[in-house]
Amino acid sequence: MPRVLLIEDDPSVREGVELGLRRRGHEVRAAATGEAGLAALAEFRPDLLLLDLMLPGMNGVQVCRRVRERSQLPIIMLTARGDDFDVVIGLEAGADDYIVKPARTEVIEARIRAVLRRLDGSGPGRPAVEVHGDLTIDRSALTVAKGGRPLALAPSEIKLLLHLSAAPEQVFSRQQLLEHVWEHNFHADARLVDACVARLRGKIEDEAGSPRYVQTLRGFGYRFGPL
Amino acid sequence: MTTDPGAGPGPRPGRPRRGARTAPGGERSRARAFGLRTRLLLAFLLVAVVSAGTTAALTYREARTALLKTAQDTAVSSFRDHVQQTGFGLPVRKEGLEEVLRDLARKGKPRPWVVFAEYGSLRASSGENPVSTVITPELRRAARANPRGHFERVVKDGVPYLTIAMPTVFKTGPDDVLPTGLVLYAVMRMTDEQVNVDALLIAARDGALPGLAVALIPGLIAARSVLRPVRQLHRATRSLGSGRLDTRIPVRGSDELADLARTFNESTGQLERSVRELREAEERARRFASDVSHELRTPLAGMLAVTEVLEEDADGLDADTARAVRLVSAETGKLAVLVEDLMEISRFDARAAELNADEVDVAEAIRKTLHNRHWTDDRVRTELPDGIRARLDPRRFDLVIANLVGNALKHGGAPVTVRLRTAARSAGPPVLITEVADSGPGIRPAVLPHIFDRFYKADAARTRSAGSGLGLAITLENVKLHGGTISAGNLPGGGAVFTVEIPLHAEEAGG
Repeated sequence: MPRVLLIEDDPSVREGVELGLRRRGHEVRAAATGEAGLAALAEFRPDLLLLDLMLPGMNGVQVCRRVRERSQLPIIMLTARGDDFDVVIGLEAGADDYIVKPARTEVIEARIRAVLRRLDGSGPGRPAVEVHGDLTIDRSALTVAKGGRPLALAPSEIKLLLHLSAAPEQVFSRQQLLEHVWEHNFHADARLVDACVARLRGKIEDEAGSPRYVQTLRGFGYRFGPL
Repeated sequence: MTTDPGAGPGPRPGRPRRGARTAPGGERSRARAFGLRTRLLLAFLLVAVVSAGTTAALTYREARTALLKTAQDTAVSSFRDHVQQTGFGLPVRKEGLEEVLRDLARKGKPRPWVVFAEYGSLRASSGENPVSTVITPELRRAARANPRGHFERVVKDGVPYLTIAMPTVFKTGPDDVLPTGLVLYAVMRMTDEQVNVDALLIAARDGALPGLAVALIPGLIAARSVLRPVRQLHRATRSLGSGRLDTRIPVRGSDELADLARTFNESTGQLERSVRELREAEERARRFASDVSHELRTPLAGMLAVTEVLEEDADGLDADTARAVRLVSAETGKLAVLVEDLMEISRFDARAAELNADEVDVAEAIRKTLHNRHWTDDRVRTELPDGIRARLDPRRFDLVIANLVGNALKHGGAPVTVRLRTAARSAGPPVLITEVADSGPGIRPAVLPHIFDRFYKADAARTRSAGSGLGLAITLENVKLHGGTISAGNLPGGGAVFTVEIPLHAEEAGG
């Protein structure tokens, strides 16, 4: 079962979520501040970070940026709609998904599973390694390199790239991507897709302003190529 | 020449304005022609006309009377003197008489006159005709009655005449006289006097007309001094009406219009204060609702995370504790929904709700909404034509459909029909129409106007339903956020129907 680090300042939420996840078999470490959470990171080595956006001292967005500097640890933000912190800022800082509080444990666990689920990208008759322009995508090792240099992509970014590049030049609507990449059953916030695309472009495109690999079709969605 | 009652300062100029007020557009310029400025000018002119006219008329009458009286008096007394100085042999004979009359005629004063004499049936004159045509029977009667003579002014063929009748008398005592029966008449043309009188009239008129022109100047000034504050007031009122409550008028002077401006400023000041207080109160109430739901959410987040723990372990507890635990768990879930709905309404009230629009296949979106809620059996029927695309916020549209269908299933009755179509509108873009109809008893007419109210309970006896009581209010706000409308009604065959209309924004393909 995955190891989850929970950074949440409110004791009741922290305790409730910790209790609920532990009951479902997760190994949970809880921290009350961003600083304590970052300190626990190296020692606890979690599989996933559950991060509250509103934190005293160092806030969730800053924690998220700090984590992304060193690792591509999957991050799910805990937010409350209408909080001062905008979800978009958190997503741009590198979070893979978000959960709106209050949420049942089953919802939280479903999101954790979705983020951690490996994409089975290597279908039959499909080479494990594909080359698209300067990009080399290894579907079995889940690595991406540009011009021979490996790229550090967050889980949501690599999943999005694998999904788009599996069907080059096919247009996917943002709702379709939310369903297939993020496994959101209900109509979710399409800004999740836009923020992830922006982050991905920042890493794979030569110029993020005029993208080659992940192209926008206004009013319809996104597609990979044509190169 | 006095004032014409028809031109009096009555309400006549104002009358057409009253009619024009209700008359449509084109009449307005005519109403303006009788506006304040015109009325003020007319009033000034009227006063000037009356005063100048009255003065001129009185002056003319007095001068004319004096002029004519002098001429008359001179003529009458001189004629009387001449008649008395002339001796007449009685009985009068025509031959000698004409000679005497011609002699008298030469002595006419101040102008020459023609002298006529009447004695019984004898008629003689100094002129060619023995009988004058301007001597009236009244004068003849008056001459016989009054031995001191009588005069009369007569106008004949446009020429004014003075006619003087002078009976000749015997002196029978110091004060007693006896008429001889001979009456002398003098007929004098008054043309020169008439010329003088006419000159007087022209002088009076020429004096009055410049007066009238001069009267226009203070009229214009007065109109301007009244109209400028009126115009300012007009502009300020319009500005106030368009929501600028800080509108004020500069106060000049200390007249009634300045008082009006001051009153206006005070009233708008009070209005501004009241509105500000109301807004602040509303803002406080709104923030309070938002804060309360915010504060409730944190403990709820903790509680909601552990409800599963409670439910899972309830089976192992004794019956009463298990029921209590399940109750707490279920109500926690409802409370979470209520708090989320309150937060959502607070965001709408604070205009903080955002529309994250996306181009979606509407039929597909509705099918997904129904599928996700497990409304896939024959309780919900659909008529969803393919190929309708619209710019919608998928999350909000999902909430709208889910709420309406859920409502229809709960309060109406299965089967529920979801119908999708587009329709052209004469004004504005075509609209996307989504209808959710149920097969229940319909909505009572008394309830219909309140169906979208917050926490409105259609049935007073019904306490709390599974919903938060905010569902339809949030649905309404979500539809409004899309620029659309929602209405509730009853079908002719029974059953309620909710109709959502959202404008379709034509979006260019590709790009």
